[in-house]
Amino acid sequence: MGWSCCNSLLPSNSHPLVTTKMSKVLKSSKLPHLYRQQRRELPGAQRASKAKAYHGLKTPPYKLDALEPYMSQKTLEMHWGEHHRGYVEGLNKQLEKDDILYGYTMDELIKVTYNNGNPLPEFNNAAQVWNHDFFWESMQPGGGNMPILGLLRQIEKDFGSFTNFREKFIEAALTLFGSGWVWLVLKRNKKQLAVVKTSNSVNPLVWDDIPIISLDMWEHAYYLDYKNDRGKYTNVFMNHLVSWNAAAARMARAEAFVSLGEPKIPVA
Amino acid sequence: EREREREREIQTEMVATATSTLLTSSLLPCLGLRGSTRSLQWRKKETQCTRKAGPSIITAKFELKPPPYSLNALEPHMSQETLEYHWGKHHRGYVENLNKQIMGTELDGMTLEDIVTVSYNKGDLLPAFNNAAQIWNHDFFWESMKPGGGGKPSGDLLELIDRDFGSFEGFIKELKSVASTQLGSGWAWLAYKANRLDVGNAVNPRPSDEDKKLVVVKSPNAVNPLVWDFSPLLTIDVWEHAYYLDFQNRRGDYISIFMEKLVSWEAVSSRLEMAKTRAVEREREEERRREEEEENTADGEPVEMYLDSSDADASETE
Repeated sequence: MGWSCCNSLLPSNSHPLVTTKMSKVLKSSKLPHLYRQQRRELPGAQRASKAKAYHGLKTPPYKLDALEPYMSQKTLEMHWGEHHRGYVEGLNKQLEKDDILYGYTMDELIKVTYNNGNPLPEFNNAAQVWNHDFFWESMQPGGGNMPILGLLRQIEKDFGSFTNFREKFIEAALTLFGSGWVWLVLKRNKKQLAVVKTSNSVNPLVWDDIPIISLDMWEHAYYLDYKNDRGKYTNVFMNHLVSWNAAAARMARAEAFVSLGEPKIPVA
Repeated sequence: EREREREREIQTEMVATATSTLLTSSLLPCLGLRGSTRSLQWRKKETQCTRKAGPSIITAKFELKPPPYSLNALEPHMSQETLEYHWGKHHRGYVENLNKQIMGTELDGMTLEDIVTVSYNKGDLLPAFNNAAQIWNHDFFWESMKPGGGGKPSGDLLELIDRDFGSFEGFIKELKSVASTQLGSGWAWLAYKANRLDVGNAVNPRPSDEDKKLVVVKSPNAVNPLVWDFSPLLTIDVWEHAYYLDFQNRRGDYISIFMEKLVSWEAVSSRLEMAKTRAVEREREEERRREEEEENTADGEPVEMYLDSSDADASETE
């Protein structure tokens, strides 16, 4: 679980916090399935042309039947195998067309193609690829229960109590009309956790916030298992699927970017 | 006894207003056109005035209208299970929620179409819009299909399709492409566009029959072409709940099956007739109003018309 977490939070290559060592390791061909951007070697005569960056379909950190009975294998097979794969292939096709979006990492690609609210055609595919990667990692077999330690303290600070947060989360999920996502985010400007719902493929990265967990409220996510019973789906997610471990790791990383309290300056 | 009389009065008033709005929009006799008789009946049944005990509150409740065929009639192209959930749960849910939302508000007692246009609020949706529009959309959707549907349209409809899309195949291609590219939840429509500009003194200087055309449009979530002043003729529901049980993610297959096996061209044709007459009626009314205005202002005073902007600029700079 640890390595997949770190990988999904991989910052952009130009980020000052990334050590060259890390990026070298990940660029090596020994770990192609981890590194999301692969330089494909074009055969023979075409080697003279430019190399292109492609994005790959990342597998969830558990087997497709691991979330039974709360999320069936059939759903995972359709949702990951068809929808998520479709977004990846669609994105790759779009990026093939020209080089303008060459070399962007996923996070950057999303922000650029969001274009401040006037999304470019690549936005939908790029954002949905990212969203689904994030979603699979927001769940785990044997998930649910409650967060502990720092994350719990932060939730209690920003929502009053964990129950209150849970209610707000479920309410956002049930009042979302159409397709979309529900998020627990850390808002950078307010330095607070908040529950946010977004439509279609929008995600909090476009507002520069840091997502902590997400719930897919597109109908394809729950229709095979729960038909129209969104309430049941959301409750099952909170009780049995949500991965507070992943959330804690993301929170820990987020604290490197957002100061949530008094800085802990060590006394010599 | 007086109360009962009053109640009857109000009931007949409501029915009368409902039918009168319908009659002004369709000059054709309603007998024989399956589509319009159905909607007449529908209007009468739909708004039911109920008396509550105690202080006299008249509430109008919308009813869940069943599709014009049994729930298994569209097998194997659209399964009974889909109909049971789509109509029995989703559509029913919208009806129940709308009734709860409008109870006691100013929207109570309005027709469904009026609620849709009012709550659209030029894009700044009021809470009742989603439910009201989805009820309208689903009613329209069930009536756009029939068992043993598909095939090709005929008559005026086919002529217009050929004129505006080149060919029937061209139209199918466009509809499929529009329906497949609707991101997220929404609807794909074939609509008759004969709208006026919503501006006081705007007049089409060279009106022609060509301005009235068929268009294929898509809309997100609950939006429908009524709010753009189009006349919808046909719709395909591309919310995932409409096809997920039967086709999972294969939206393209769903749309193809819909066009080949389910679409009811009779319903589309009759809606086209109603739309055309409505457009003609509107034009006549506009002419009438324009003539009235001309009469009123034709008393010698020069009407200030900002036709030539350069004149206005010149006078301003002076």
